[in-house]
Amino acid sequence: MSISLLIVQILNGLQLGVLLFLIAAGLTLVFGVMDFINLAHGVQYMLGAYLAVMFYALTGSTLLALVLALLAALAFGLFLEFAVFRHLYERDHLDQVIATFGIILFLNQAVKFVWGAAPLSLPIPEMFSGVVVLMPGLTYPIWRLVIIVCGLAVALLLYVLVSRTRFGMLVRAGANNAAMVSALGVDIRRLFMIVFGFGTMLAGFAGIMIAPILSVEPGMGDTILILAFVVIVIGGIGSIRGAFLAALLIGLADTLGRSFAVDILRLVMTPSPARTVGPAIASMLIYLLMALVLYVRPTGLFPPKGR
Amino acid sequence: MPLPTSIARREWLPVTLFIAFALLPVAAAFDAETYLLGLFMRVMIFAIAALGLDLLVGYGALVSFGHAAFIGIGAYAVAILASHGVTEAAISLPFALAAATAFAWLTGLVCLRTRGVYFIMITLAFGQMAYFFAGSLAPYGGDDGLTIHTRNTLFGLAAFKHERLFYYIVLGCLIGCYVLCRALVASRFGRVFRGARENPTRMVTLGFEIHHYQLMAYMMSGAFGGFAGFLLANASDFVSPAYMSWQRSGELIIMIIFGGIGTLHGAILGTLAFLLLGEWLSGLTEHWKMIFGPLLVLVVLLARGGLIGLASQLATWWRREHIHSPSGFAYALLRLVRSLRVWLDAKIIGLAGPFRSRSRD
Repeated sequence: MSISLLIVQILNGLQLGVLLFLIAAGLTLVFGVMDFINLAHGVQYMLGAYLAVMFYALTGSTLLALVLALLAALAFGLFLEFAVFRHLYERDHLDQVIATFGIILFLNQAVKFVWGAAPLSLPIPEMFSGVVVLMPGLTYPIWRLVIIVCGLAVALLLYVLVSRTRFGMLVRAGANNAAMVSALGVDIRRLFMIVFGFGTMLAGFAGIMIAPILSVEPGMGDTILILAFVVIVIGGIGSIRGAFLAALLIGLADTLGRSFAVDILRLVMTPSPARTVGPAIASMLIYLLMALVLYVRPTGLFPPKGR
Repeated sequence: MPLPTSIARREWLPVTLFIAFALLPVAAAFDAETYLLGLFMRVMIFAIAALGLDLLVGYGALVSFGHAAFIGIGAYAVAILASHGVTEAAISLPFALAAATAFAWLTGLVCLRTRGVYFIMITLAFGQMAYFFAGSLAPYGGDDGLTIHTRNTLFGLAAFKHERLFYYIVLGCLIGCYVLCRALVASRFGRVFRGARENPTRMVTLGFEIHHYQLMAYMMSGAFGGFAGFLLANASDFVSPAYMSWQRSGELIIMIIFGGIGTLHGAILGTLAFLLLGEWLSGLTEHWKMIFGPLLVLVVLLARGGLIGLASQLATWWRREHIHSPSGFAYALLRLVRSLRVWLDAKIIGLAGPFRSRSRD
């Protein structure tokens, strides 16, 4: 376990963490404000990646493709909200789970239908390709650093937006008591729509940012969706701050667990069982973490007040 | 002695279903017998798991999104024992049930501290945990799964090898589970459990430790899942982590929603409808999920209470319209079409709602 490997893995963990935050932020806002479980949030992330690939093929410029994909992801999210989701806000959670599960089935298959089942890839934008030297003998891809910086910037932006602006005030008030906000004369439906569109745009943004370093394939949203749910449940549903901290926690725990579980276990057991048990523990680590957190605090680390 | 009418009215549907299941091998004998037998066997096995889930969701409002884990645990219990040469059902069945119940007990202790959406998510997390654990069981196939080379014997008899006999054994199990669930729901235990759904505070005030009741119900529900897993492993001669994926858990919830939750026979009907529909659509096109997904959305939006709810709405309509003669039927149909049109008009105006409401504000 060398120090440079540790640094690289911590950076990788941070990168996964901010990615999870981008997805979890939308999820937790939508749930906090509208009391709506959106399983289809993961396919928005997948769609963002696919749209980026498609626009790259059309325009030939990666940066232009990223911008166009972001707009298209936003438009599609708003369309879904208009066509399906707004009819589900008043239903119970079970109905929401089923309907959004249906949308996952549809979109996963539709993506296969349109772009084929084979994984696609997107090149890294030219000005961000290559590596940067962190220490002598330790290099790191620039694009991964760009993802970390963008994620942190979005987190900061969200913090300012939610805690310092009028819109953020309405969102916080809506999360506390939507009916009261509506009674005070705020068009709650429009607020819902903006929050929803914003959330899907963030998920699409995450998909677009990750597309250059991951293979773009159907079902890529499903795994990340579950991770995002773990994040928002640990953080406390509806809390942006909780989502941010939990996302970094999960990102680091998952990445470091996967790289060092075997090494750590070898300190206490012989190598051969350590090689068997290590990966098992590593893949279950975040769920164990979640179980532990919920056992101690059944509503997560930062439950929103007034609920 | 004639049965009380209330029981007759409630039980005609499950009894009809059971009779249909029982007659299927006779009808299927004429052509692709093994295919149909296999399909309906799967329906009955998943119906057992769905019954267990309905107990939890329908009667306790505890939405478990990790129920496939119990099926997987039951199935893996059979496969792991078989790989060590233990193929006697009298050993592997109790083992499967104990493993599933123990998992339910352990996870239930944590899950039941939470409620609502947290409960959905934490059961999902435990389901994922079981899924990844199975995937990392390298000695037992890991992600590739494990083939079961010899089916279980029942007290030394090769009863499960004979397809048709096994079919009737599964049917017997399904009927047994159904009766057991009915008895459970009607028992004192079931009434307390249902009370905890309606008003937990009141039940606690009355002096019931509702947590114990909910944990018991969760364990029983898990045991039903484990039982289904035991049968599934024997029916398909194969287990893999895919049995426990979260999509499977979602499908189980869809099955009970399809039929109508909180009715028990709805779980059986829903499983039948779900699996047959999937089978039929996948025969039509490779991209059948593009039809199936929107169908789910429509079921949620339009048919509240699932198929059972739809049927009882129809029955109410039938009685209200006093249909006794063909002409009466035609007249009633006409009125239905007219009210449907009015309802549709309202829906269309409702769709235009956002535009309209803005001008009104």
